[in-house]
Amino acid sequence: MSSATMKPAVLTTAPKTAARNRARWASSRTYISAVLIFIWCLLPFYWMVVTAFRDVGYTFDTTPWITHFTWDNFVTAFSTSLGNHFGQALLNSLFIGLVVTVIGLLFGVFAAYALARLNFRFKFLVLGFILGASMFPGVAIVTPLFQLFTNIGWIGSYQALIIPNISFVLPLTVYTLTSFFREMPWELEESARIDGCTQGQAFRKVIMPLAAPAVFTTAILAFISSWNEFLIASQMSNDQTQTVTVAIASFAGSQPHQEPYTAIMAAGTIVVIPLVIMVLIFQRKIVAGLTAGAVK
Amino acid sequence: MRNSKRLAPLAALSVLALALAACGGGGGTSTAPGGGDAANNLTDRGPITYVQGKDNNNVWRPLIDKWNAAHANEQVTFKEQTTSADQQHDDLVQNFQAKNVNYDVASVDVIWTAEFAAKGWLQPLKDQMAIDTSKMLPATVKSATYQDTLYAAPQASDGGMLYYRKDLVPNPPKTWDEMMSMCSVAKANNIGCYAGQFAKYEGLTVNAAEAINSAGGTILGKDGKPSLGTPEAKAGLQNLVTAYKDGNIPKEAITFKEEDSRTAFESGQLLFLRNWPYIYSLLKTDGASAVKDTFAIAPLPGKDGPGASSLGGHNMAVSVYSKHKATALDFVKYVTSAEQQTFFATQATLAPVLTSLYDDPALIAKLPYLPVLKTSIENAVPRPVTPFYPAVTKAIQDNAYAAIKGDKSVDQALTDMGGAISSAAQ
Amino acid sequence: MSTDATELPVETAASPKQRRPLPRGESADRKATTQGRWAATLIVPAMVVLAVVIVYPVINAIIMSFQHDSGLDPATGFYVAGGFAGVANYVHWLAQQCNTSGGGTVGCAPGTLGSQFWSATGTTFFFAVVTVVLETVLGFWMAVIMARVFRGRSALRAAVLVPWAIPTAVTAKLWVFIFAFEGIANKIFGTSILWTGSNGPARFAIIIADVWKTTPFMALLILAGLQIIPAEVYEAAKVDGASAWQRFTQITLPLVKPALMVAVLFRALDALRMYDLPAIMTGGANGTTTLSVLVVNQIRQGFNSAAALSTITFIIIFIVAFIFVRFLGANAVASSTPSEKGKTK
Repeated sequence: MSSATMKPAVLTTAPKTAARNRARWASSRTYISAVLIFIWCLLPFYWMVVTAFRDVGYTFDTTPWITHFTWDNFVTAFSTSLGNHFGQALLNSLFIGLVVTVIGLLFGVFAAYALARLNFRFKFLVLGFILGASMFPGVAIVTPLFQLFTNIGWIGSYQALIIPNISFVLPLTVYTLTSFFREMPWELEESARIDGCTQGQAFRKVIMPLAAPAVFTTAILAFISSWNEFLIASQMSNDQTQTVTVAIASFAGSQPHQEPYTAIMAAGTIVVIPLVIMVLIFQRKIVAGLTAGAVK
Repeated sequence: MRNSKRLAPLAALSVLALALAACGGGGGTSTAPGGGDAANNLTDRGPITYVQGKDNNNVWRPLIDKWNAAHANEQVTFKEQTTSADQQHDDLVQNFQAKNVNYDVASVDVIWTAEFAAKGWLQPLKDQMAIDTSKMLPATVKSATYQDTLYAAPQASDGGMLYYRKDLVPNPPKTWDEMMSMCSVAKANNIGCYAGQFAKYEGLTVNAAEAINSAGGTILGKDGKPSLGTPEAKAGLQNLVTAYKDGNIPKEAITFKEEDSRTAFESGQLLFLRNWPYIYSLLKTDGASAVKDTFAIAPLPGKDGPGASSLGGHNMAVSVYSKHKATALDFVKYVTSAEQQTFFATQATLAPVLTSLYDDPALIAKLPYLPVLKTSIENAVPRPVTPFYPAVTKAIQDNAYAAIKGDKSVDQALTDMGGAISSAAQ
Repeated sequence: MSTDATELPVETAASPKQRRPLPRGESADRKATTQGRWAATLIVPAMVVLAVVIVYPVINAIIMSFQHDSGLDPATGFYVAGGFAGVANYVHWLAQQCNTSGGGTVGCAPGTLGSQFWSATGTTFFFAVVTVVLETVLGFWMAVIMARVFRGRSALRAAVLVPWAIPTAVTAKLWVFIFAFEGIANKIFGTSILWTGSNGPARFAIIIADVWKTTPFMALLILAGLQIIPAEVYEAAKVDGASAWQRFTQITLPLVKPALMVAVLFRALDALRMYDLPAIMTGGANGTTTLSVLVVNQIRQGFNSAAALSTITFIIIFIVAFIFVRFLGANAVASSTPSEKGKTK
């Protein structure tokens, strides 16, 4: 963070006024862009939060700020006496997301290393196969998969949710990591090996730090993809294993046909929080990767 | 059981090989009618699971608790699906296809009953599985009957009603034409006149079917073939098309589902609204409601008298794959008993299926709309009872929507509708 | 970009060795065998998972697609298995032919799913092209800003991810709510547009919702690509007097291209399978029925025919992906050209 404040200061001490103006102009352009991006990303979210805090009797009110304030929607979301399993579902989604991310990344790093670094036959076929896995309409996979999982008694189990999710994130993790691994300065790995490291050590100590931005980015993408998954979860889970997306889809109004918009928006607001925290943690890692790269 | 689940990857691979060889997935092949699974386990008792969509009013849990307290060896487990009707349908299909023995009793929307029955998934309720339907509303029984056999027990009904502004229109219209003539009142007050649910979804099928049936037409004939070539059917759809074109139905109504139309009426933007009974209490209590004391209800307007509402609601069906059908049947009888139906009506504002309850003064005191709803359901026509319902409703929605928007003529729309329904049934 | 691609040696199994000289001290043969064994070990876990969850269902679906859907036996009123269909299900979709009671076929009437195949294909491509282009441009812009050093950068990174962190089902409901006739969008703009009631606005609403939701995906991947470009390269270019635009087109774009191409490729694959937003926001009305929406509707009417439609969709997407990889250089194994490598040093 300190480096962030340092840099403009360094620039403004540049001797020429023209350069100073240019730097100022550049930095204000950055800020204008940043503000625009903030608005674009957060304005619809703002409306979600406003609705989340609104009394259900005023659901369709269009006052642009919070009116008829209430916490009820959050209470409703967590209320198990109404048959909502949102609290449990949050834990389930976190658990499933973490397992999927860790395994998906592990397998992804393995495969990507092989694809980027090793010579073997049929590489093109392997890549095609992995990519092909994200080409079939997901909706058509569910039916056969449901039959399979029913036959082996997996319906309602965690692995029935985790394993499909791993397979959904694998193509992306393998491809991203492969493309980044190709750009790594592998000469460093070679020299580390000459210095006495094993290939594994060289990979861990030299390459991984450099690849950190890519790895953490991929981790975030994988986690969110699992976090957002609905199709598989809605069919394969039960009350104990259901994920947040299913829990939210199960919210009901007090009457049939009534859309519980306010409770859905409250749940949507809550769902974002763990993700934002995670990104705030991981984005430090992205910066760390950057500086490690610069040190090289 | 739990331990075996842990042997995840190994089991998966070995089963993968087997399953690939057997290739037993997906198709929805049926069982033989009457025989096979439908003849098994008729007298067996034991724990069962009851499956339905989300319990909006929190009535099922207390009801099931009460049952469980009295039936120690025949416990009922409650499995709630999501709120979306489509997802409930798909979930039931998946589990019936997979012959899941744990879906013993399921709540089946009236429009799915024929489809599931024809697939051989529902236990025929005859002989030793028979239930007494003599006290139930005839329309609800019809919706649960396929090929003259009862496949489910009517459990909750629903019918459309006309909500109107009694401060602007003291006497509600009895016929469609009368209602249209009252639209000048709406114009004078600068509000929309009439709306139903005209977005392209199941609600449009409900509304289009009401228009056609109210004008004396039918969508499917007795032989299950489309019967849309009649002047009555044309007049029915024409009513909606003309009203939309004239502005008597406001233009935004083609984006309306139940909730959008309720919002419009609630904020005082509509003179007449066709909707289900569920909005009655919301109109009375919602903070944002501007019509709390100025709305009233009436039967839907028809050609010469009350119109033909489309029938909503759910039936309770026993799965042919259930291992404890005797218990399942008892549970169905318990839920459809007068006592529980009264409980549903008072706690959940679900329309009862027993005729007698609509005349119960104590109940009417609590639910003032019951007499109107009774007229509605007595005149109600089930949406087409056909095993091809998903295709039939699509044919109705697509073509009625195009006609209302003015994209094609009423004649063309009805011809296309008939053609699409015919090809679906092949 | 296209000139670049022609320079790239597109790597296939036949030419794996031209990429990198082998390290000294090991014979080429031994090296290849060891590497092959290593590679197999490393790749197997990923392949096994994909085999169980993707390959099995896909093969199953493809087999089912050659069976007729079960039909009603007029004598009993019950469904019976449809039997072998050959390619009838495929013909049904591609030629938009529906069965008649006489046993022949006619063009599908409007209101059948069969009549919507080609329009759905068009809609799908329209959505895919428009959203991917918008998301790439916006994502690049966001990534460039996020890569800069300024106060509030971490907050910006978190904010950018918010749209993507909200589950699609909730996002769709949020936009339904925003684009309702009496919703906030009409209120803010003082309009009375039927957002979901006619073709243009309905497509616009879905595109906005999709772009809002998935641009962060693009932005993050591009950002990661930007991060591995060493700062010295820019410094050197600045010293050489390169303009900002030259630096962008000659350094940033080529170096970020591998990451960019992967991001675009995966976004395109996802966009071509778009389901939730149209299904929830419009139900497929007003020219928003995509192929996936059609598949889901067909599954409710009969799985085997839906399996055929899925297979057709798969083939369409496969062709698109092939074009990407083959002609646009979205090939994860084809690394930057040696000259680019040289520039980074």
